[in-house]
Amino acid sequence: MADAHAKNHDYHILPLSPWPFTGSLSAFIMAVGAVLSMHKLAIGGLHMGLYIFGAGLLGVLYTMFGWWSDVVREANQGDHTRVVQMHHRYGMIMFIASEVMFFVAWFWAYFDVSLYPTDTIQYARTELIGAHWPPKGIIPFSPWELPLFNTLILLTSGCTVTWAHHALLHDDRKGLKQGLWLTIALGALFTYVQIVEYRHATFGFSGHIFGSTFFMATGFHGFHVFVGTIFLAICLMRASRGDFTSKQHLGFEFAAWYWHFVDVVWLFLFAAIYVWGSDWGRAAAGAAGH
Amino acid sequence: MAYAAELNSDHDHAIPTGWRRYVYSTNHKDIGMMYLWFALFAGIVGGLLSVAMRLELQEPGIQYFNGLAQLIQGASPETAMDVGKHLYNVFVTAHGLIMIFFMVMPALIGGFANWFVPIMIGAPDMAFPRMNNVSFWLLPAAFLLLICSMFVEGPSGANGVGGGWTIYPPLSTTGQPGPAMDFAILGLHIAGASSILGAINFITTIFNMRAPGMTLHRMPLFAWSVLVTAFLLLLSLPVLAGAITMLLTDRNFGTSFFSPAGGGDPILFQHLFWFFGHPEVYILILPAFGIISHIVSTFSKKPIFGYLGMAYAMVAIGAVGFVVWAHHMFNSGLSLATQQFFVAATMVIAVPTGVKIFSWIATMWGGSIDFKAPMVWAVGFIFLFTVGGVTGVVLANAGVDRTLHGTYYVIAHFHYVLSLGAVFAVFAGWYYWFPKMTGYVIPNWIGIVHFWISFIGANILFFPQHFLGLAGMPRRYVDYPDSYAYWNKISSYGSYIFAFGIVFFICGVVYTYRRKELAGNNPWGEGATTLEWTLTSPPPYHQFETLPRITGSDH
Repeated sequence: MADAHAKNHDYHILPLSPWPFTGSLSAFIMAVGAVLSMHKLAIGGLHMGLYIFGAGLLGVLYTMFGWWSDVVREANQGDHTRVVQMHHRYGMIMFIASEVMFFVAWFWAYFDVSLYPTDTIQYARTELIGAHWPPKGIIPFSPWELPLFNTLILLTSGCTVTWAHHALLHDDRKGLKQGLWLTIALGALFTYVQIVEYRHATFGFSGHIFGSTFFMATGFHGFHVFVGTIFLAICLMRASRGDFTSKQHLGFEFAAWYWHFVDVVWLFLFAAIYVWGSDWGRAAAGAAGH
Repeated sequence: MAYAAELNSDHDHAIPTGWRRYVYSTNHKDIGMMYLWFALFAGIVGGLLSVAMRLELQEPGIQYFNGLAQLIQGASPETAMDVGKHLYNVFVTAHGLIMIFFMVMPALIGGFANWFVPIMIGAPDMAFPRMNNVSFWLLPAAFLLLICSMFVEGPSGANGVGGGWTIYPPLSTTGQPGPAMDFAILGLHIAGASSILGAINFITTIFNMRAPGMTLHRMPLFAWSVLVTAFLLLLSLPVLAGAITMLLTDRNFGTSFFSPAGGGDPILFQHLFWFFGHPEVYILILPAFGIISHIVSTFSKKPIFGYLGMAYAMVAIGAVGFVVWAHHMFNSGLSLATQQFFVAATMVIAVPTGVKIFSWIATMWGGSIDFKAPMVWAVGFIFLFTVGGVTGVVLANAGVDRTLHGTYYVIAHFHYVLSLGAVFAVFAGWYYWFPKMTGYVIPNWIGIVHFWISFIGANILFFPQHFLGLAGMPRRYVDYPDSYAYWNKISSYGSYIFAFGIVFFICGVVYTYRRKELAGNNPWGEGATTLEWTLTSPPPYHQFETLPRITGSDH
């Protein structure tokens, strides 16, 4: 920004910004609303939990919009020198690393039960699932129908986003937009197929560890697909208004990184939960073991 | 190391004024100052909770918490005793969470690291100055949620979250169905987000913003310690976020991660929690290691002994710290082979820790030691941390831990490494850097007197707890059999002495601000070699507008 200082370095010294404070305040409001609505608590006889939560959420979204608009503006006016761009790369890599660790928790919960279905110390669990994974009485999805289709969708979308990237590197703006459009469409298709799959589930979300691990792990992944699709859509809008050059397009690159991260998480989910965790997968694993 | 720092004049006209300067801040020193004051405030709240607990434990029987239950929670005289017992556990829980997330971490990482990591590596600010401020402002939000939890229903008929900072299910799921636990969970989510963002900021700053010539092997040890700490935060906190999200959905949306009836596993929570929780204890102590290294070197007027060993010992502690978590779970039914692994891995950590202790002693050896206040605190740290470290090696043995798990021996152990370790390092850092941060000299006698009050008080407070633990007194109970009365009384006296030390400390801060004796650039003399001592006190609003060039050889 226009800083009055005589600065002789390439780092980005920022002016004051309201966004950190508005974001924190909104997060607080959101949390209070969440507790009120989860417990159906009334304030002065009014059940306002969801509205308070919604107000906080709006505040968070507004903060994100304002904050990242500032970042885009700063990028366009040349504040992002080479070293500042390097900061952003490091930051995004570490953000994704922390996201990976978040998914570790969900995989941990899944393997805690699926790897040890016969554990005698966990006798209540072992009895419920019949010392078998997938648990007795549960009909998991066949991995070779919708899940395989969705795997192909995501892998294809990984190709189309790379197409868009190459087009951008060669100053082919039309190719960039086409590649992005296709990627967004594939992302939306994935989400749609996932919803269809959920609607055909023969097991529930609550009351059983199978549904808990399945829906929370794939659900958080689905949420990340949703966020990644929005990220790509923002990139498409920015590309349409003329942002990004073949030399500098961090916003696009980060959307692509994020998309690949979401893709890789899916491959692990597909391999571990859909294939290995199905009757088919366990039979194949058993056959290989004998 | 020889620094050729080019100093810059201060551009006073550009400094923002009023509340916006802080609330909208993008300046690492202002944000660091807010962190320090926040940590002081939270520390007083958390400290008062602990004094209340020691007051109750001074005599067998329940004297105060039944009254407190009526006073704070409006319990009726008939239910006061039961509500009071729960209230005691609420105090235990809040004390732990506040001291860890809202006192030690904000002071060491948010406060001192924010202030001095950029300066020590010759950078004008943090890599992401705006994100730095959201890391801070998320903390008051999280703190407020935790405070809210103390005033809404936890278990039916009583307010607040009991059950300790580890929030194990089923006590944290079906045991306390009220909204209090949800407030605490969401507070932890927000505090965790704050720390993850801070970790990203520190790693990026340290990797990308070192001044020309400031190689990693020339970088001051405090910056090294924060680098390792930030990696631990980045990789462990998301796992806690996952675990407490499972708690939240188990509580409110019918999942059964931790409910055996639904095929869940309560031990799973312990694994997830301690996969975060064990790195967390190194998160609390590693920045302290960094601070102590600088102080010992400064006041011995010698470079730190075995610099590279010191740096890589911290890396080793951080790395091995990720594979020792189940030593918190020796009584949970782990297989023998698992216990053997975790005993061995835990013992291994004593090796790099020993490297650090002996290197501090070797730094002092043959040095021209100046026992100014920060040095006295640092030497106190080394002594007390070693006591806590030795009891840690005792507890690492699964067989011994069978009987000591969940007793006051564990309380004594982790208060020796945290309350007498991390907190002594906070005060050491405070007396060391206060002149630099504010420009004012703290009279030396204030730091010395504060030290002796705290040292005597804390030892009287925590040393007898070893005896109580060995005699079998369990933690987290409001009452105890008469046979434990003697050492409990002594321990409580120690608590009051330590608390008096805090009052003395605050008076000292007020006195120092009123006295306004100027510190000058470097009040500590030739031993203080890091870059912050080349700047004015306080440093200019934006330091290093021309980057310093670091010359000299690698270690």
